[in-house]
Amino acid sequence: MDRRTALKTVGGAVAAAAASTLPFPAIAASKAPIKVGILHSLSGTMAISETALKDVDLMTIAEINAAGGVDGHMIEPVVVDPASNWPLFAEKARQLISQDKVAAIFGCWTSVSRKSVLPVLDELNGLLFYPVQFEGQEQNKHVVYTGAAPNQQAIPATEYLMSKDGGGAKRFFLLGTDYVYPRTTNAILRGFLHSKGVKDADIAEVYTPFGFSNYQNIVADIKKFASGGPTCVISTVNGDSNVPFYKELGNQGIKATDIPVVGFSIAEQEIAGMDIKPLVGQLTAWNYFESLKNPRNAKFVKSWQDWVKKEKLKDYPVTDDPMEASYIGIHLWKQAVEKAKSTKTDEVRKALIGQKFAAPDGYTVEVLENQYLSKPVFIGQINDKAQFDVVWKSKGLVPGESWSPYIPKPKNA
Amino acid sequence: MPWSRLAFPSVPRWLRAALGALLLGMLPGLLPIAHALTPQEALALSSGDTDARIAALHKAVAKPDPQLADFLHKLLDGDVQIDGTMVQVQQGDAWIDLATGQAVTPSDNAQGVVNNNYVRKELQSARAALDLFSPQRAQRLKAVQQLQDDPTSVDRGLVEQALKTEKDPEIVQRLQLLHAAILLTSASAADRLAAAKELAASNYPAVRALLLSRLDKKDGAFVEGSPLVRAQIEKSLAEIDSRLAWGERLGTLFSGISLGSILLLAALGLAVTYGLMGVINMAQGEFIMIGAYATYVMQSLFQHYLPGYVHYALIAAVPFSFIVTGSIGMLIERTIIRRLYGRPLETLLATWGISLVLIQAVRSLFGPQNVQVDNPPWMSGGFNVMANLILPYNRMVIIAFTVVVLLGMWLLISRTRLGLFVRAVTQNRPMASCVGVRIARVDMLAFGLGTGIAGLAGCALSQIGNVSPEMGTGYIVDCFMVVVLGGVGQLTGTVAAAMGLGVANTLLEGVAGAVLAKIAVLVAIILFIQKRPQGMFALKGRSVES
Repeated sequence: MDRRTALKTVGGAVAAAAASTLPFPAIAASKAPIKVGILHSLSGTMAISETALKDVDLMTIAEINAAGGVDGHMIEPVVVDPASNWPLFAEKARQLISQDKVAAIFGCWTSVSRKSVLPVLDELNGLLFYPVQFEGQEQNKHVVYTGAAPNQQAIPATEYLMSKDGGGAKRFFLLGTDYVYPRTTNAILRGFLHSKGVKDADIAEVYTPFGFSNYQNIVADIKKFASGGPTCVISTVNGDSNVPFYKELGNQGIKATDIPVVGFSIAEQEIAGMDIKPLVGQLTAWNYFESLKNPRNAKFVKSWQDWVKKEKLKDYPVTDDPMEASYIGIHLWKQAVEKAKSTKTDEVRKALIGQKFAAPDGYTVEVLENQYLSKPVFIGQINDKAQFDVVWKSKGLVPGESWSPYIPKPKNA
Repeated sequence: MPWSRLAFPSVPRWLRAALGALLLGMLPGLLPIAHALTPQEALALSSGDTDARIAALHKAVAKPDPQLADFLHKLLDGDVQIDGTMVQVQQGDAWIDLATGQAVTPSDNAQGVVNNNYVRKELQSARAALDLFSPQRAQRLKAVQQLQDDPTSVDRGLVEQALKTEKDPEIVQRLQLLHAAILLTSASAADRLAAAKELAASNYPAVRALLLSRLDKKDGAFVEGSPLVRAQIEKSLAEIDSRLAWGERLGTLFSGISLGSILLLAALGLAVTYGLMGVINMAQGEFIMIGAYATYVMQSLFQHYLPGYVHYALIAAVPFSFIVTGSIGMLIERTIIRRLYGRPLETLLATWGISLVLIQAVRSLFGPQNVQVDNPPWMSGGFNVMANLILPYNRMVIIAFTVVVLLGMWLLISRTRLGLFVRAVTQNRPMASCVGVRIARVDMLAFGLGTGIAGLAGCALSQIGNVSPEMGTGYIVDCFMVVVLGGVGQLTGTVAAAMGLGVANTLLEGVAGAVLAKIAVLVAIILFIQKRPQGMFALKGRSVES
């Protein structure tokens, strides 16, 4: 319902714009609309996270169109629903590129959905902007990675926990949901910890299935593990399992001052409904927080809130990191198309490298040679207002690494 | 943010009001003190880098005054902000300039003071150290407990001073242990030996970690130089470990029982609809889900109409969820399931269809995202049994609730007329019909009972898991597992199977991890059913039809 009204508005604007100009095939001479695909799950398990990205994409496109479009061309979004079904992601991507002839795709959340789209992109020479923090270890010329690589999230967070300010952790409890992102991230972290002289006896690695909710034993194990020295928990728990996990931490009396927990998949939305008092001081690392104070962020938050009100979306009034990364991605694509004066993948890709954008995080991010971004890193601490206070930030921008130096690079890469 | 407002309608305001009242009550008594916290000291405590703040803290704690304690409370509660060089504290809804005591309007540059975990820990220890001399026993006890959790951050002189004045035997004992923990790093080997010996009586994991750290090697040499002390530390560690191990065992047992009670609660409804009536109800999980949503509705109603009593919404939700799911169950029995008795395959398919309809209906009504059901305050936190064993209240309440539901159901089935009819119909339908039991009515009521109990389960499960339209699908497999394993038609079997599965799963999880534990349990069940298809407890004799 939300999607339909949103589509109607945007589509209406586009149709009006298109009607006033003559449709020409070549972009340089005409003001024909440019189609882009939006490939986020609007139903199924991932809808919780991805629906907000679809909406922020539409907001960004409407914003660009209102400001004159891409070199005068309106952007026309084509929204599809891959329904949290990984093979369907590939099918929908194929449909977007070959049938709808979109110039670029903005989408995917889980790594497995991205991996399933890759062969289609390779075959049809597509271009995907991927807006979510992930495990890295991938380098595909058809993907622009606007989310954080491990060296822009997991590694700095672990370094912080080992520092005096972060509690001087000597033992590490790596807890994750059982799939590719947590497993790869933890492999990288293990390599990193080894390089810092941490022994395997001081690292515990525990996985739970998707949707797991009985964290009693695991929290008891964490406590037991912590009696061997200063301990921290590094959580790559994903999805709605985070709610029972943090509830259990609170109920079993684990305080951030004793055992700090850093979560890579909890943001403003996830903590909004929890009993926040026992969780004050727990950590997370992102490249953006809603609480960042700068004029660009104030504007970003304001436009999101206005959009939510206008479109009558009810459930997600906060902004978070993947939303910001989506916003950045669309703007970078727009700039690249304007520079290349073309929407052809190869030319846009060439123009993208070195493209800069003044992002809501307060920094000017840049597209690197490997199509990752250089971004700032923030470590935030939950405060009693269910927002994050920044307790650490990187000195300037951190360039995204596609291959982590802490685990062996695959042979075929 | 409507979300968070929905979830916490009154907590921050209530907290602020309470703090404000506390402060107002204390202020007149505090003002005439000779040494007061200066604004410069307050500024040094709340701004600058971590090390500087901690240095300022240690300096301030050396000459304690009540205003400092109060300021530390404010810092820890996030009620302090810096506006240029002015330190402002929050009082009720107003900001007060600490230097003048006047209310001020903060400028746009005002920044809340952020304490990282290191600073927070030091602040808590400092506050606890000041509280060691409080006139109230409870506060002193809390302070010494806090310090025992972190013995490295407290000053030795302070503890010795407190030991001199303290009369309460429990606090004295704790102070002595704390003192020993501090002495463990003393320069005198004799002191360290005595300390290591005394610490064998401690139950704190923090003390264990401290003892362990003394056994570490640094640059090739032991942190603890004396072999004699090392031997004593090892001996004390062994003693502590054997005691902590008991805490762990009890903890595992509790987790097992808790998981078992959740399984039992979820499966009880199915024990009626499938176990007694023989309806393969694939929609059973969805009735659990509807029960959880009924709880959510009740909570929203309370928030809207009775915001003062919102913490009791859960109690009102118990009968409400039973009635709602029970009625929906009876409606479905009347309209659909009734027509399919004796055709298990069609029933299976039809109820699966019903489950999809129910999921989609809830999704359309409440949206596809999870809804937030709050824990009332009396279900948050836990009961501290031992230093390493805290039993969460929500788990205890659910265990008690399961016992009550089980008892109620047992009474209903074995002691009431309806129960008698249900059993009669289960055992021999035609004969029951012949002697005048209205089978149709009994079927409807029994199905309503089964679904109503599923609703109760949903109400309880909303307190520990997520509430989403799909939540039921996660429970349906477990439900069937419990009922089939226990033996169809047997309440005792259901109870035994649920508890057995809960404890087995918990034990395995400790050894093999959550994913493998689940697999192992399922494989074990398959093997068991191969050997004993009738389940753990089978009905005997003629009552087993066909």
